[in-house]
Amino acid sequence: MVQDLGLLKESASQTAGPYVHIGTAPNFLGTTGVYPEDLGISMVNDKTRGERITITGRIIDGTGTPLRDALIEIWQADSGGLYNSPTETRGAADPNFTGWGRTPCDFTTGVFTFETVKPGATPYPDRRMQAPHVTFWIVARGINLGLNTRMYFPDEEKANAEDPVLKRIEHQNRVPTLIAKKDGSTYTFDIHLQGDNETIFFDI
Amino acid sequence: MHNIKPETGGFFPRDRNWHPKAYTPDYKTSVVRSPQKALISFPNTVGEITGPMFGHDLLGELDDDLIYNYAKPGESAIGERIIVYGKVLDERGRGIPGVLVEFWQANAAGRYRHRNEGYLAPLDPNFGGCGRTISGEDGSYRFRTVKPGPYPWPNGVNDWRPSHIHFSIFGTGFAQRLITQMYFEGDPLIWQCPIVRTINDEAAIKQLTAALDMANTIPMDARAYKFDIVLRGRRSTLFENRMEGN
Ligand SMILES: [Fe+3]
Repeated sequence: MVQDLGLLKESASQTAGPYVHIGTAPNFLGTTGVYPEDLGISMVNDKTRGERITITGRIIDGTGTPLRDALIEIWQADSGGLYNSPTETRGAADPNFTGWGRTPCDFTTGVFTFETVKPGATPYPDRRMQAPHVTFWIVARGINLGLNTRMYFPDEEKANAEDPVLKRIEHQNRVPTLIAKKDGSTYTFDIHLQGDNETIFFDI
Repeated sequence: MHNIKPETGGFFPRDRNWHPKAYTPDYKTSVVRSPQKALISFPNTVGEITGPMFGHDLLGELDDDLIYNYAKPGESAIGERIIVYGKVLDERGRGIPGVLVEFWQANAAGRYRHRNEGYLAPLDPNFGGCGRTISGEDGSYRFRTVKPGPYPWPNGVNDWRPSHIHFSIFGTGFAQRLITQMYFEGDPLIWQCPIVRTINDEAAIKQLTAALDMANTIPMDARAYKFDIVLRGRRSTLFENRMEGN
């Protein structure tokens, strides 16, 4: 026998179900009067520093059908590479940028959209720099544990080539699944849950 | 609010045998929504260690009271009045202060207030079904609501969800982000539910089942259910990694 480490187990995940909007985006759903506005709908304001961008896309299941009942959260650094969080130890992030966005997919088209700024580069634990990227977290009916992925930028070819996370991916032919398509200031990032183009998901 | 400097270490890895697997064919929707390739691992970076935090100024007076937060003046939601309370803890057993907890549920008849809901049970005009709170100094949280009813759902021909409350919990780092469900002690539907049974470990299911706590009821008003939530713990750095030459 040995001493007990005294650790608890993380609560097991359960699916967010088809009605995740009730608790996380009631105004989007049409349940008004409980919260003044849904959380995470505005990441920027007039004073936010950095290059304004739009991120849009869909989440596509194994039959090619876009999910219309999913919820997406994104988390990213500000334009200077700092996170707006009490656990950010490297300095103070732009107070006019939340870094966190949340939106349901459209009930008809499945399209999601975030208005944000292009993030700066951030360090890997060994101090190499990571290319600018946006962290995605996806929950929905049929997804038992939230899925984590990252969106990278097509106009950061050099930084992407040096990115420590992208470099550790064995099957380099899958890396393009993490890189958005650019059209002006809009980046389109379609996420494929299955199939030949299955997006890379991370165990973080 | 709280003066203790937050911990900033990386998180314990997730035990993906304790959590439900992505592909669970008895829960049919998971079949086409489960990634089939292996997840790629990498050590926590600053983007996983940090996360959004929300101030208490966010909260409205009735956000933690689902019996009244959607009700017309002088009216209240119909159903068994209950208090749900507990702590948000990390895997080391320490309370996590200042984190946002959101919850949503069906009404006492098992009917959701949602545009896609098809169950014939009645809507309660005084029940919206959502609430939220922020954990206190010791990680504690509480809210008041009515006990949700079980409901049938299209999966097998006769699958019923046990009474449950959906929870969304933020920790202090984005890698702690968790959505789960709370079940009620003694509900015979728990062990028959294909969604509950996406979890393989009986102990993990028990951990999601709230205990009736008669010591914390409000006499002649509401019964209490205790539900602790555990988020990933952070590694403490007993010795720092140092780069060569530093
Ligand atoms: Fe439900």
